[in-house]
This record gives sequence, C-alpha cells and structure tokens, in this order.
Amino acid sequence: MTTALAHPADAPSSGVTNAKLGVWLFLASEVMLFGTLFTTYLVLRMGAASWPRGWDVLNVPLGMLNTFVLITSSVTIVLSYVKAAEKDLAGFRAYMAATIALSFVFLVVKGFEYGAHFKHGEFPSTNIFNAVYFTMTGLHGCHVIGGIIVNTALLYLSGEDFEHPLFAGRVEGAGLYWHFVDIVWIFLFPALYLL
Amino acid sequence: MSDHSTAAHDVRPYYFVFGALLVLTVVTVLVSYWHLPPGPAIAVGLAIATVKASLVAAFFMHLKGERVIIYGLLGVTTFFVIILFLLPITDSNWTSERRPDKPALAAQAEASEH
Repeated sequence: MTTALAHPADAPSSGVTNAKLGVWLFLASEVMLFGTLFTTYLVLRMGAASWPRGWDVLNVPLGMLNTFVLITSSVTIVLSYVKAAEKDLAGFRAYMAATIALSFVFLVVKGFEYGAHFKHGEFPSTNIFNAVYFTMTGLHGCHVIGGIIVNTALLYLSGEDFEHPLFAGRVEGAGLYWHFVDIVWIFLFPALYLL
Repeated sequence: MSDHSTAAHDVRPYYFVFGALLVLTVVTVLVSYWHLPPGPAIAVGLAIATVKASLVAAFFMHLKGERVIIYGLLGVTTFFVIILFLLPITDSNWTSERRPDKPALAAQAEASEH
C-alpha cells in the first residue's frame, strides 16, 4: 500500500514516531538549504549578461543516466522498507544492498563528469555557471554519500537489530531522506542540464 | 496510515510510479531538444519536475496518507521557502536597474541617492 504504515511506537499526540517527526523536521531544514542555493542560481542567472545552455557545457546523457539511477534507487529503498515492515530480512537486505550499489553508480557517473570537466580545465572558479554547477551538484553529492553511510549502517545493523520494534521505522526515516535526495536531483537535472 | 508490519503490502503502485518517473524523465530531455525560448522552456521543465517530485513525495514518501502534523510541518516549510525565493528575486530585480548594461537607469538610481 502506498500510505505510511502504522507503527507501534507512534506517539499518541502526533500519530507518528518521534524519529519520523524528527526526520521530517530535518528535511524541512534541508528544503531551506537547497532553496537558498536554487534562489542563488536564479538571481545569478537573471543578472548574468550571458548564461551557457546546459546541453552545450554538460553531458546530458550522463545526467539522464544518473536520473534513472536515482529514481531506481528510490524504488529499491521503499521496497526495502516494505520488506523491513513485513519482517523479511532477506528481502530487506537485497533491496537495501541494491540501493547502496545504485548510490555508488551515481557517484561514479558523477565522478566521470567531474573528471571530464577538470581535464578540460573547467573548475568552480572558471565562471559563474561552473561555480553554481559544482556547488549544487557537490552539495547534492555530499548528501548521496551521507545516504550511503546511513543505509550501509542499517544493512550492517540488520544482523542483530532486525527484530527490534523500531527497526522498520529507522529504515523509513532513511528512506524519507533518500527520497528527498532524489527530489533535489529531479530539480537539479533540468535546471542545470536542460535549461 | 493503516495496518501493521507483518501483513503483505501491495507494491504495485511503486512500480507504476517508477514507470511514470522514467517516462517523464525522457519527456523532459526530449522537450529540451526543441530548444524552446527560455520562458516556455523553464515553465515546461519546472512543471514536469514538479509532477515527478510530487509522485515521489506522495507515493514513495507516503505523503498520500500521512498524518496531519506532517502536512502542517510541510505547510510551514512551503510558506517560508516561498519567502526565501521571493525576497532575493524581488531585490535582484530592483537592483538590476543599476546594472552597467542599463546606464540610464544606473545614473538615475545613483542620482536619486544624492
């Protein structure tokens, strides 16, 4: 089902676990962080005498590939949550491992893109577009690394904590964060590569 | 919100959303090849990205059936993020009158300060 699953630790006052509420509050602060960067991008672009088209200076096929990779990882992590809620350890591990593997694929593809830029002498200091591109994708990449750390920890801890009543809730929290990382990329890709 | 942990869950909606997200990504890229003028290009790109983000939020993040407290939290966030966008952009539009590529306006703005 597509609605959030009820959890035994849901607080009676809010109807959600404290951890879940905390994750959503954290995501609200993340919205403001990335919102600041998107605003900066808009202000700089509106004020620039000229601005390169994304498809002229960035690799659109690789950007599209990374979009597919992140979307697929969003599916695998939500399925890992379903498996955790169903107490299916093997299923949880398979989908969580797939999510982590896809995260590394994303970083490797991004690494190829960065490498190509550096090879051509394009650095964040080269021009305003590059400064914006590297700052936004770099911060997003840091979030991907953060997601890998959390998801790997959950995979590791599932060995002894899988039956813990709060375990599925932890997976849900990690999933919420990961979907947010996906949503940021959903806006970054057209903003930087296609417009 | 509904039932509990160990019951089997219908995961088909996730696959439908997955398919929709893939198709919308391809559509975004195809539209970009038309090389529309900046205004329509931004409108189309932003519209498709918003639909995709809404699908992820509604289904993968389960906002479709979430508790009121989460909706309230997101409402407050949306309010402030709109302010975050509007204030600098409005300010930028105002100060852009002083840009070097508009010397008449720049001179006028400078004169008004003295």
